Amino acid sequence: MSHPTPQQLADQARAALERIGPGCPALKPKERLAIPPQPMPAQDPQSRRRNLREVALGYTPEQARLEALRCWQCKNAACVAGCPVCINIPGFIQAIVEGDFQRSVDIIKEVSLLPAVCGRVCPQEGQCQLTCTVGKALKDVNQAVSIGRLERFVADWEREQGRVQVPPVKPATGRKVAVVGSGPAGITVAADVRREGHAVTIFEAFHKPGGVMVYGIPEFRLPKAIVQKEVETLEQMGVKIHLNFVVGRTRKLLDQLEQDGFDAMFIGVGAGLPKFMNIPGENLVGVFSANEYLTRANLMRAYDFERADTPIFRSTRVAVLGGGNVAMDAARMAVRLGAQEVHLVYRRTEVEMPARVEEVAHAKEEGVIFHILQNAKRILGDAAGRVTGMECLRYELGAPDASGRRRPVEIPGSEFVMDVDTVICAIGNEANPLLRQTTAGLVHNKWGNIVTDENQKTSLDGVYAGGDIVLGAATVILAMGQGRVAAAAINQRLAAQDRPKVPPLEGAENPEISI
Amino acid sequence: MNRILKKTQLSDDVFQLRVAAPLIAAERKPGQFVILQLDSDFGERIPLTIADADAEEGSITLIFQVVGKTTHRLADLHEGDCIVNLLGPLGQPTHIAKFGTVVAVGGGIGVAPLYPITRALRQAGNRIIIIMGARTQRLLILEREMRALADEFILCTDDGSCGRKALVTEPLKELCARVPKPDLVVAIGPPVMMKFCAETTRPFGVPIVVSLNTIMVDGTGMCGGCRVTVGGATRFVCVDGPEFDGHQVDFDNMMQRLSAYKKLEDHAHDQCHLEQEIKRQQEAAS
Ligand SMILES: Cc1cc2nc3c(=O)[nH]c(=O)nc-3n(C[C@H](O)[C@H](O)[C@H](O)COP(=O)(O)OP(=O)(O)OC[C@H]3O[C@@H](n4cnc5c(N)ncnc54)[C@H](O)[C@@H]3O)c2cc1C
Ligand code: SF4
Ligand code: FES
Repeated sequence: MSHPTPQQLADQARAALERIGPGCPALKPKERLAIPPQPMPAQDPQSRRRNLREVALGYTPEQARLEALRCWQCKNAACVAGCPVCINIPGFIQAIVEGDFQRSVDIIKEVSLLPAVCGRVCPQEGQCQLTCTVGKALKDVNQAVSIGRLERFVADWEREQGRVQVPPVKPATGRKVAVVGSGPAGITVAADVRREGHAVTIFEAFHKPGGVMVYGIPEFRLPKAIVQKEVETLEQMGVKIHLNFVVGRTRKLLDQLEQDGFDAMFIGVGAGLPKFMNIPGENLVGVFSANEYLTRANLMRAYDFERADTPIFRSTRVAVLGGGNVAMDAARMAVRLGAQEVHLVYRRTEVEMPARVEEVAHAKEEGVIFHILQNAKRILGDAAGRVTGMECLRYELGAPDASGRRRPVEIPGSEFVMDVDTVICAIGNEANPLLRQTTAGLVHNKWGNIVTDENQKTSLDGVYAGGDIVLGAATVILAMGQGRVAAAAINQRLAAQDRPKVPPLEGAENPEISI
Repeated sequence: MNRILKKTQLSDDVFQLRVAAPLIAAERKPGQFVILQLDSDFGERIPLTIADADAEEGSITLIFQVVGKTTHRLADLHEGDCIVNLLGPLGQPTHIAKFGTVVAVGGGIGVAPLYPITRALRQAGNRIIIIMGARTQRLLILEREMRALADEFILCTDDGSCGRKALVTEPLKELCARVPKPDLVVAIGPPVMMKFCAETTRPFGVPIVVSLNTIMVDGTGMCGGCRVTVGGATRFVCVDGPEFDGHQVDFDNMMQRLSAYKKLEDHAHDQCHLEQEIKRQQEAAS
């Protein structure tokens, strides 16, 4: 199957639209089912293997309209029930049909703060598109209405047209809120709390804001300019961002709460502790966590061999362990950094892979070699401590476990050696212990995740938490959703406190001065 | 932010910077470090130990040797210039207590991180014996400051240009053989030096703490690039360290990891040269 060019897809869409006619034709469900699902235009797999540019190029307006016409506008809107933040999906899709893209994006923004991001990275086939009636009618989830692509389309349209409005901010209340971490959870809380007129400072450990969206998810999947735009909007709203500030080290959370005058705090520090496999050879030269590999490549820009000071391992044959988005990102990054062969090793089968379907497809198109039902047993090295290979074991699916999934069991004696010089571990992240170790009274569960109530409030008064630090490594949309809930609770708390507070002097919100 | 208040050249390629960093100065404790970066887009993030801090002035002191691109550029900065990104204080502070007699061994640039630790140990009431070593006299730093902390002070150079012509392990061995033997050794310097200090103390059962300076990216436990094998388990230097029980550290693995990005040939060359030199001198001594 040859790769269709964006031009071909655009032409086909235009022709199909002409047959249907302009405006909002009253199509019968059957007619809607007959409209071909619109593929995402993408860079050619051969050329994109050697560049960092975004792979998925986005719908043309014609494609978007055509895809929107596939939606049945169901009364019960099964898709909304599948959306973690309950976006009015038929509503925004209908606005696309009508050509009112602004109204469409406004509908999304009633509940979602980051549509350009979520449209790109949400696991839609497991959420809204999983429950979509059209997918059900066609008996194939991959033929559901492409809700995510449509979301991305209108969000991109708004940004590219320069129509993104800075949300209005109410008059200063004199209250101060600290947000720890600038990932999707933190960004959401900052925006929602700032809107109510409270002063907001984000504290971020890294030298750039955005969390996983800048250090983890690669440019070829989520252009950094999009995250940058979200951050700029926050700054235009008056949110202060204090970079290079590790809460717990640069200053303790409780000191900020008790001495620095913050009325409430939100913890959105993510799940930043890479898991390793605990197998022999794991500390050999050439074994990396996906976090390290991707941070070097993305945040530190090591892919730019000419300009970047940060080095990255130049590999010939790479094995990536894992089957999630992180594994796909690492594997595809290794392809782009010039590896000749990239092998993805996963213990279960492709059905169980948590990665987005699109990423799996893209990885394959780019030549990543998939090894399912295999796992690493130990990593082999030479006298200089460098990786020379990886001993693997084969697995087969055994009896279903408690969750109903068939459990992979190793096949004894099935060991074989994979000839690689690099191993990238992408088997998950756990909660970083730094904050809980330095904050007395912050209750966490046995995995180290912070425990909250349904309003995202932690065991400490005035301290809220959300995102991966609460959920364990999860998703952008869930982090954003929890951020929304936390922000509402914080706003309510601050509104309920009738203690009058004099608005701070100009500049006094700047922690450099006030601390 | 992070303005350079004072710049001093301590030796040919070693510089000292006093940098305005009020938050870090207020929180930092001996043994902790910072990560700095000179260009937000393309610069690398490098760890440097905080050699000293003045909470009142709101400044920290960094001492570094020009070894790579970033330290080179750092050395080119002037008073009044700013360090764009400075993150800290990171890592676990040194465990300071009254141990009794403590031998502080500093090699080369390792004397910089050793200095605040030794001072704190002295303030905690320990008897302090200092062994300071360098390849040659020109490369010695903080000699005056260290002497002022010592109840006993031993200076060694590889070439005999001042003090004893010996590796630091030689006087260390003599001290361990004394009765009573020292209660603790703290050794900071090049990895090979720390490795051989650990080997020297091991037969005497004298505990040794070493401070590791591995390759880092974030410095907050997020990447695992700084990991080392300690007592058979994987530990992250940036959050679990930088100090570890020297008898438990797998130095060979650590040194291999340090050279991950060096060209293979350079790496082989360095390794052989240092190892051979140590072996040669140890043989000569025994
Ligand atoms: C490679 C990769 C690919 C992914 N792909 C997808 C995908 O396709 N779709 C999807 O939905 N999800 C994906 N995820 C998961 C998703 O990115 C996360 O669920 C989401 O970013 C969590 O948001 P958060 O705000 O909780 O934390 P994060 O995005 O992790 O942000 C936390 C921020 O807090 C900072 N921080 C940490 N500790 C401190 C401290 N003590 N003081 C100050 N700052 C601190 C960190 O530096 C970081 O910037 C992916 C994750 C990775 C790693
Ligand atoms: S379930 Fe599918 S077809 Fe029905 S409203 Fe939602 S997107 Fe449209
Ligand atoms: S430097 Fe990244 S975990 Fe230590």
